[in-house]
Amino acid sequence: MPLSDGPRAPAADALALEGVSFSYGRHAVLDGVSLRVGRGEFVALAGPNGSGKSTLVRVALGLTAPVAGQVRLLGQAPNRLKQRWRVGYVPQRAVVVDQLPATVEEVVASGCVARRGWARRPHPDERERIDRALDVVALADRRSVPITELSGGQQQRVFIARALVSEPELLVLDEPVAGVDAESQARFRDAIVTRCHHDGVAVLLVSHELGAVADDLDRVLVLRGGRVAFDGPPAALTAEGVSLGVHRTDLPVWLEGLT
Amino acid sequence: MTLPLPWPFDREYMQLALASGMAVGACAPLIGTFLVQKRLSLMGDGVGHMAFAGVAAGLLAGLSPLWTALAVAVAGAVTIEWLRLRRRASGDLALAVFFYTGIAGGVVLTGLAGSLNAGVLTYLFGSVLTVSPADARSICLLGAAILVVIAVSWRALFAVALDEEAARVAGLPVDALSIGLAALTAVTVVAAMRVVGVLLVAALMVLPVGAAQRLARSFVATLRWAVAVGLGSVVVGLAVARAGGLAPGGTIVLVASGAFAITAIFDLGRRRARASS
Repeated sequence: MPLSDGPRAPAADALALEGVSFSYGRHAVLDGVSLRVGRGEFVALAGPNGSGKSTLVRVALGLTAPVAGQVRLLGQAPNRLKQRWRVGYVPQRAVVVDQLPATVEEVVASGCVARRGWARRPHPDERERIDRALDVVALADRRSVPITELSGGQQQRVFIARALVSEPELLVLDEPVAGVDAESQARFRDAIVTRCHHDGVAVLLVSHELGAVADDLDRVLVLRGGRVAFDGPPAALTAEGVSLGVHRTDLPVWLEGLT
Repeated sequence: MTLPLPWPFDREYMQLALASGMAVGACAPLIGTFLVQKRLSLMGDGVGHMAFAGVAAGLLAGLSPLWTALAVAVAGAVTIEWLRLRRRASGDLALAVFFYTGIAGGVVLTGLAGSLNAGVLTYLFGSVLTVSPADARSICLLGAAILVVIAVSWRALFAVALDEEAARVAGLPVDALSIGLAALTAVTVVAAMRVVGVLLVAALMVLPVGAAQRLARSFVATLRWAVAVGLGSVVVGLAVARAGGLAPGGTIVLVASGAFAITAIFDLGRRRARASS
């Protein structure tokens, strides 16, 4: 089990949304969304562009407040959660600092700052956590390389390692493998599945492309028009002959069968 | 009190200039590294122009221009950053508004004071050779304070500059750190005003960083190289200025530009060699 200090409700889900709605002005983006991600569950969130996935992630992480409904992150309202480092986040686009050199190790180490305190010096334990995170994403041999010299897929693995280094209990990944090479997709799958099934980390994966992890998912959530159109095990989708693999268009054909 | 240093730093006024210059030569590139990483390279310029308005206001009111400049610069820098964090204005637009208001305010206040007097010009172009021992002490103390704050907070500032949103999710005090950096920028600009003047302050924040990013392969190395180039520019710039009777502020910045050009050529050569091999 990952290290964790401080109290928490033992039975609380990693993430729970209850009747969450959100609008940009008069345009409703989320409409009464209820979902949960249990401890140690591997859940995918899929849906066409414009379905509200990114907004849902922002609301779930407390970056934006919902207009209605309740969000619980590790059992608490996001703005009440003191130890925010218990939630790991890999954002949608790899924000690569092309302005200045930064090595793989420096980027991963930056994930330790929140957990130890912004003004504190690095703790000796962190070296081990950084090494472990680099091993999980198979980039230990590139630790001294400037991140700008890596491929897009490798850069995304660095950001995954950064999210893993604080040993979070919930990992949220927003489109982490969009346009990424096959080797990185395989490495990504290994990293996430190891963490999830071996260490009991809950994972919420927002992605169109679920082929690499289809066999490992506990549940799939499909968002459409701001509402949850499907919430169940991947077998329920594949039983209808629907593929979870890569799709070329924005709106995967397999979603059209869901009403 | 004059230290037994070799020429050109054998005279007291040159030693005071050296002490003030080195304090600024170390701090400006340090702050500049984070500004460049956050794509706020022009922040030093905008804050410098607000500081100019503060100087003009101080001279008009008969108050110490250093402190009025500090008050206006800090208030302006913090406001710009607050607007950017609240997404009320994009970074460069907010900067432009304050930039032009600052310079216009300075021009109007200077006009009210009677005419463009020598006091204002020394702040525009710098007057490091006329720094008093008390001024040198103030600049060095400000410099030391900036160094201590950066030493404590640089890892957190790096995390925020790398990815503000991820830092916010992780629970880092992003707003406080960003506003703190803006305030530090203002303090650095005011300290640097006497050395290179408000018109050139941003150059000392950005040029050494530009040189450093071509030499370094890590963020820590970039910080070290930036400070080294900043310090080197001050020492060489002051020496050349004394030897040639040149304006010291401009000479320091030209040396920094030279360093930038040399590293750019070196980097180009290295890339060509790599491409052909």
